[in-house]
Amino acid sequence: MRLNMKLAQRAGIIAFALWLPLSAIAGEAVPIAEDPVLEQRMIALSEDLRCLVCQNESLAGSRSELAQDLRQEIRDQLRTGKSNDQVIEYLTDRYGDFVLYKPPLKPLTWLLWFGPFVLLVGAGGGFFLYLKRRGERIAGESLSEEEKKRVEALLGNNGNKS
Amino acid sequence: MKRFLIPLGIFIVLVIFLGIGLKLNPREVPSPLIGKPAPDFKLALLSDPSRQMSPADLRGKVWLFNVWASWCGSCRQEHDLLLGLARQGIVPIYGMDYKDQPGDARAVLTRFGNPYVETVIDPDGRTGMNYGVYGVPETYLIDKTGIIRYKHTGPLTQEILDKKILPLAKELQQ
Amino acid sequence: MIPELGHFALILALLIALVQGVLPLVGAARNNQAWMAVARPAARAQFLLVAIAFCALAYSFLTHDFSVVNVTRNSHSRLPEIYRFTATWGSHEGSMLLWTLILGLWTVAVTLFSRHLPDDMVARVIGVMGLVSFGFLLFMLATSNPFLRMPMAMDGSDLNPLLQDPGMVVHPPILYMGYVGFSVAFAFAIAALLSGKLDASWARWSRPWTTSAWAFLTIGIMMGSWWAYYELGWGGWWFWDPVENASLMPWLVGTALIHSLAVTEKRGSFKAWTVFLAIGAFSLSLLGTFLVRSGVLSSVHSFATDPTRGLFILMFLAAVIGSSLLLFAMRASKVGLGGRFALVSRESFLMVNNILLLTATASVLLGTLYPLFLDALGLGKISVGPPYFNSVFIPLVTPLIFLAGVGPLTRWKQVNVPELAHRLKWGFGASVVVALLLPFTQEKWLPMVSLGILLALWIAVTVAISVRARLRTTAGWSANFYGMHLAHLGVAVTVIGVTMVSSYQTERNMRMAVGETVTVQGYTFRFDGVVDVTGPNYTGSRGTLEVSQNGKPFTTLHPEKRIYVASGMPFTESAIDYGFTRDLYTALGERLDDGAWSVRLFHKPFVVWIWIGSVLMALGGFMAITDRRYRAARKLKGGEA
Repeated sequence: MRLNMKLAQRAGIIAFALWLPLSAIAGEAVPIAEDPVLEQRMIALSEDLRCLVCQNESLAGSRSELAQDLRQEIRDQLRTGKSNDQVIEYLTDRYGDFVLYKPPLKPLTWLLWFGPFVLLVGAGGGFFLYLKRRGERIAGESLSEEEKKRVEALLGNNGNKS
Repeated sequence: MKRFLIPLGIFIVLVIFLGIGLKLNPREVPSPLIGKPAPDFKLALLSDPSRQMSPADLRGKVWLFNVWASWCGSCRQEHDLLLGLARQGIVPIYGMDYKDQPGDARAVLTRFGNPYVETVIDPDGRTGMNYGVYGVPETYLIDKTGIIRYKHTGPLTQEILDKKILPLAKELQQ
Repeated sequence: MIPELGHFALILALLIALVQGVLPLVGAARNNQAWMAVARPAARAQFLLVAIAFCALAYSFLTHDFSVVNVTRNSHSRLPEIYRFTATWGSHEGSMLLWTLILGLWTVAVTLFSRHLPDDMVARVIGVMGLVSFGFLLFMLATSNPFLRMPMAMDGSDLNPLLQDPGMVVHPPILYMGYVGFSVAFAFAIAALLSGKLDASWARWSRPWTTSAWAFLTIGIMMGSWWAYYELGWGGWWFWDPVENASLMPWLVGTALIHSLAVTEKRGSFKAWTVFLAIGAFSLSLLGTFLVRSGVLSSVHSFATDPTRGLFILMFLAAVIGSSLLLFAMRASKVGLGGRFALVSRESFLMVNNILLLTATASVLLGTLYPLFLDALGLGKISVGPPYFNSVFIPLVTPLIFLAGVGPLTRWKQVNVPELAHRLKWGFGASVVVALLLPFTQEKWLPMVSLGILLALWIAVTVAISVRARLRTTAGWSANFYGMHLAHLGVAVTVIGVTMVSSYQTERNMRMAVGETVTVQGYTFRFDGVVDVTGPNYTGSRGTLEVSQNGKPFTTLHPEKRIYVASGMPFTESAIDYGFTRDLYTALGERLDDGAWSVRLFHKPFVVWIWIGSVLMALGGFMAITDRRYRAARKLKGGEA
């Protein structure tokens, strides 16, 4: 156990020694992007945009040349102080709503955006009504069953024969 | 009985839509630029980079704007069609060499023939971006007042030309 | 010769599938024992023939038979042997063959484990599965023959590099086990509708089948997600791509079906609804096949498309689902109501679960098809992507997961609400407090993290309460009971994974020269350069990243960038250090001008929990089907017969 620890320590020291000169020369790597904050904004924005050339990939994920150009364009526009909405407008003016992974809310997409929740409320309400009616029907049925039994009991064996 | 028919009804509607969907191409994106003025540019000519051209120079003419490149394989597919169209002389074709080396583009035109009245150079693709180019070749039909009237993405076919582009061009020329 | 043999076997299988589909069904309708008895041998013979065809295709791939179109398009002389074998199902044609093979496998399983069932039920179930198989075999022979010949080619155009991965060995077969497995539940439902005996017994018979298909589908989806995670190179694990949605929809309906089967079996309620779900789960499997193979939607991993194929599948889809729904409409109205229960009861809880699951399914379907709807009506093209699905799906799933905690503690017929609240108040309070405080240990407090932790803790706490209560009673081992709780715990584990990785992931996109370092969340990555590597059918660059923690060496990662010979396309192979509480994910980007490389580094906290949770869910499912109840029923009925 002690031996292992020593070995590990030594390995650590050797690795550290090996690593030290290299790091002293080369130092810290730098981010690809000149402005990491701007880059974050660009990535967040382009994740919700669709790459046009690809089958189904976001602008952020695509390696196609057009996607790279568009990312650069978005970067440039953000750098000049444009808002996210202005950048999105720039893109939809040229490529249409197709580039938006999040379809804008307008009469044509009402069904898309509200449909699931309307359905949920409708199904919930429907289920509640069904339960109420079901309870009444079962109550009715079981009563008549009881009545049947009573009739059977009254008729005795005759009832069973028929 | 009636409420149990609802799923069947929904399903039938779904099948109808899916059937229509089979005929559609999900990859074809209509351009929002149709009916809007062709984006302006001032670009150098491939034939003589010292001269420039802009859409305003073509006011009063109906013209085809064809975006192509020497590296684009499917542009070769429509090349003969364009040459034929140029020979007919119904509508002039102007080209845009998209994200390309001018030398390579000239070599292509020398080797396969030049259907273009003029070709402008868009080396960094910025003008292409303004036109919403996403897959070369792309072809725009622009009317006398500089409005984009039609756009086709991908290689042109004889059918598209005969059924869509030429009738529309003739109508616009009147 | 061998491909012709395979082709011939497929034709014979088609004929036998027709016999298997027609005679038993007619026999069951006319009470003709001899005709019904055809079902089992026909199903087995059909499976054997499809297996022969499958082996013939695999043989053609393994022996480089480049006179077969399918082999030429999806293989290459330098493709390693294991991928030549998996290429058998790498193409559209081959995957249809795998699909049919697995359908045969499930049918044979039905012939083996159905001794306790009435003869007419077995005949109908196997008959329905025979008709489904007939449709697929006809589809293959008419539009997608995997054995089509051509003049001998020099070499093949290679299997898609994304598919040259160990994931390809297991992912498609298991996923198809799930998809196709729902055909058994479907066949049971149709058989019950045909016979008119829509009682609780069909629910009991089809329960283990449904649960095992669901468990396979869970594993299949989980593997697909994991595969996308390490293979696509940017560490996403779910993209809401149409292909993923196509697998998620049957899974959601299958989940609903498992729960509603429980009500139908135990209490005799919701019979028509359960039948409807059984039809729905398999219908969505078929719909998924259509969406992936017809080209109506554009997706990352769709097959080469062909409109005639799309039309054929659509007609098949319309015939199978349309006739099933028509039969449902005709018979379902005559179904009895089942046992009485109060407004607040386990029955109601399970139904609310079903409503939420079905609404979630509907929203996935709506989002997937909405672009198609608008396009078909000429109203323009739009895209519906992750932002839509996340914003609709999460609000629907949150109450669902909350119910997964309460549900198992509720009683059938009527819930004593004050008593239940009393049992749960401490657990709930503790969950809320811990969920609010725990995120403070992380870099920043986020409401979504608290919500995720709350849901996961809530399930864990309720499972503990439920198990403790059971251990105090005299009730013995119940695979069904513990399987259910294991599956619910799996949901909790997955929720933790999803919450943590989507909130606290760190991504760095670095420019790294040899010897340069970058530190991400306490891990220091040193780039030690790139060497050229040559694989069997690719060339590439292999990077070395030395990872150290607190100055101590930790691990070495080798992300690669490959160019496959046949396609010439570049592909990234990420390198990942998996860990229980975090993954270190690295991918090599491009070589930059001065010899440095762009390198993507991710720290992904708890990401493996997503898949661990899915495995627990599936294990819970597999555990539940070993329940003695199903075996006991078999013995009892076997004894009677």
